[in-house]
Amino acid sequence: MYVAAKGGEKAIRNAHALLAKRRRGNKNLPSISLAQIAQQLTLAVDRVMAEGSLYDVELAALAVKQARGDLIEAIFLIRAFRTTLPRFGYAQALDTSEMLVRRRVSATYKDLPGGQLLGPTFDYTHRLLDTSLGVADEAGEVDDEARQADPADAAPVAMPRVTDLLGQEGLIEAAPADEGAEPFDITRAPVSFPVDRSTRLQTLARGDEGYLLALGYSTQRGYARSHPFVGEIRFGDVEVIFEAPELGFELSLGTVQVTECQSVNQFKGSATTPPQFTRGYGLVFGQCERKALSMALVERALRWKELGEEPGAPAQDEEFVLSHCDNVQATGFVEHLKLPHYVDFQAELDLVRRMRAEQAAERPADGIKEAAE
Amino acid sequence: MNAHATGAMPEITYNFAYLDEQTKRMIRRAILKAIAVPGYQVPFAAREMPMPYGWGTGGVQVTAAVLGPDDVLKVIDQGADDTTNAVAIRGFFEKTARVATTTSAREATVIQTRHRIPETPLTENQILVYQVPIPEPLRFLEPRETETRQLHALAEYGLMHVKLYEDIARHGHIATTYAYPVEVAGRYVMDPSPIPKFDNPKLDDCPALQLFGAGREKRIYAIPPFTRVRSLDFEDHPFRVQRFAQPCALCAATGVYLDEVILDDKGGRMFVCSDTDYCNERQEAGHRGEMAGEAGRASPSPQPSPLRGEGADGALNLSPTGKGRPEGPGEGTWGVPTTPSSAGDPGSARAAPSGMTK
Repeated sequence: MYVAAKGGEKAIRNAHALLAKRRRGNKNLPSISLAQIAQQLTLAVDRVMAEGSLYDVELAALAVKQARGDLIEAIFLIRAFRTTLPRFGYAQALDTSEMLVRRRVSATYKDLPGGQLLGPTFDYTHRLLDTSLGVADEAGEVDDEARQADPADAAPVAMPRVTDLLGQEGLIEAAPADEGAEPFDITRAPVSFPVDRSTRLQTLARGDEGYLLALGYSTQRGYARSHPFVGEIRFGDVEVIFEAPELGFELSLGTVQVTECQSVNQFKGSATTPPQFTRGYGLVFGQCERKALSMALVERALRWKELGEEPGAPAQDEEFVLSHCDNVQATGFVEHLKLPHYVDFQAELDLVRRMRAEQAAERPADGIKEAAE
Repeated sequence: MNAHATGAMPEITYNFAYLDEQTKRMIRRAILKAIAVPGYQVPFAAREMPMPYGWGTGGVQVTAAVLGPDDVLKVIDQGADDTTNAVAIRGFFEKTARVATTTSAREATVIQTRHRIPETPLTENQILVYQVPIPEPLRFLEPRETETRQLHALAEYGLMHVKLYEDIARHGHIATTYAYPVEVAGRYVMDPSPIPKFDNPKLDDCPALQLFGAGREKRIYAIPPFTRVRSLDFEDHPFRVQRFAQPCALCAATGVYLDEVILDDKGGRMFVCSDTDYCNERQEAGHRGEMAGEAGRASPSPQPSPLRGEGADGALNLSPTGKGRPEGPGEGTWGVPTTPSSAGDPGSARAAPSGMTK
């Protein structure tokens, strides 16, 4: 009985002690350091920063460790910490055209200024288990010399964005201008529908990767088909600029690594707008290409109204998509079913018994057939 | 955070009751608005809390916003102080606010609850904070917030009445047994949170301030003290609450909500107060249920006891008329002789374990 009288407190303490023990595992093995997690489980750390919406490599690594590798639990830990942090203000919009690019590919042009830059990617690897990694002090495939030899990694440079190149011809819709207005902050104000662009993008940016992947996938399979091309997906370092009102000048807070995806989608044009391409936008902390791409697909699908498209697919349903994409909310509410519900269950039990009794009284002969129902 | 990865990380400290003061002010403003418009769901910028959504984050935020250092806090879940989640939330405020806590509904100034209203009548000096999973009473009839907001604005509650009517037409009953919708102060239809409808009458004209917090859904609503709260019904199908066929097995209380506790796998079961504080108080005052001797007054929730014969006919026997099938003593063929010494009225036929009746 998990509510055994007065045992609750002790049971919880014991459970937590056991959890701590299991988390640590075999004590004869060394504990993993946060630096090891940050360096060797980089993409897990990136995902925790992205969906935890807090850019702090060390805390994200700590969360991964504390959560025993359960990334949604780690994201939850980061969110719960993030919520206590004061807001000093809003940084200026990131200028991703100034990004020091570590990886950039475009699916729309064979070559373009800056070139295709594969960078650190799983793309084109053969997914064969590499048993050489199974040893404790594996040397690694790439030695430091080779790393130095990769100029993009050693000294990344900025390069123009594909959408800017398309924009010069007016072939793609202009990106919405930055009016300098304060964005809606979904962590500081309740969202009400319909939402504006900043709310949509923020919600998607911290949304669950798997959820957005599935919804983005659905748009490719005919549910809100939007004919996407990956105009560009880029990953690199961007400077965060903050203008402190007290100081009256801009200062750089440092750099963050982000993945940006701009999809280029068909648009037939309307009475007022000539045919041109439209955009879907994805931006994620760290290197999270799957998420950035999925986000761009879903973001584009959600814009059906302003582009005069037919609604009807799940990915186009703003209230549905945005209300359910937060995995911390989702996991909490789904998992709360583990909490006791016996007061309500008792009430249901009573009703079912009563209705069964009434039915039996009305149709006593049918009693035998009951099992077939 | 610049601490070196290999060194000790700096200690993280939190404000009184966890939330920062600006956040608490924001929540208090929402609460004031909720009190001013009884039953109306006020959107508020719910924060992420260090416990999961769905586990009481709304209630915790409301409690954090109203709690002062001198308050005495009681936390219950399913009516009990010792349920794991109640223990966790109480521990959270002991740690972050260092307030005094109690299990006594009389001593508490703030009571946070999930799924129950205490049996002990509340007073003007108390605040009852409910944890709410889905604040929108119309949600399961219309999932869209954009639609339900309009329905509330127009006081257009036909949908709900149709649902209740269809229940009656189909089942002969209103098949809503908990989270039973109410109309507050003659205006807004409100979800009282998943309390059993048994508790609905306690909402009405209650001297205590009742606050409802839904964290994930970012809504706060309120019933001010002494407000008319009416459970929706029809003239020919008036609202009625569940009634149990037998008293609490530990404290002999009647007219209270009981938990059905399964004692073994042979159909043995007992009914005990869901409100552990109320049950304890009665036992301390000398009230004795038929199983009090065995289950012990020290423990508000019953331990599995060797009294396997209790309700040993095993049938989920239920009488719509409210009269349980009389059960002869000694029917239990396994284990210890069954009839507990029902000291009070040995002659009366005990009700079968028929649960509740109307």
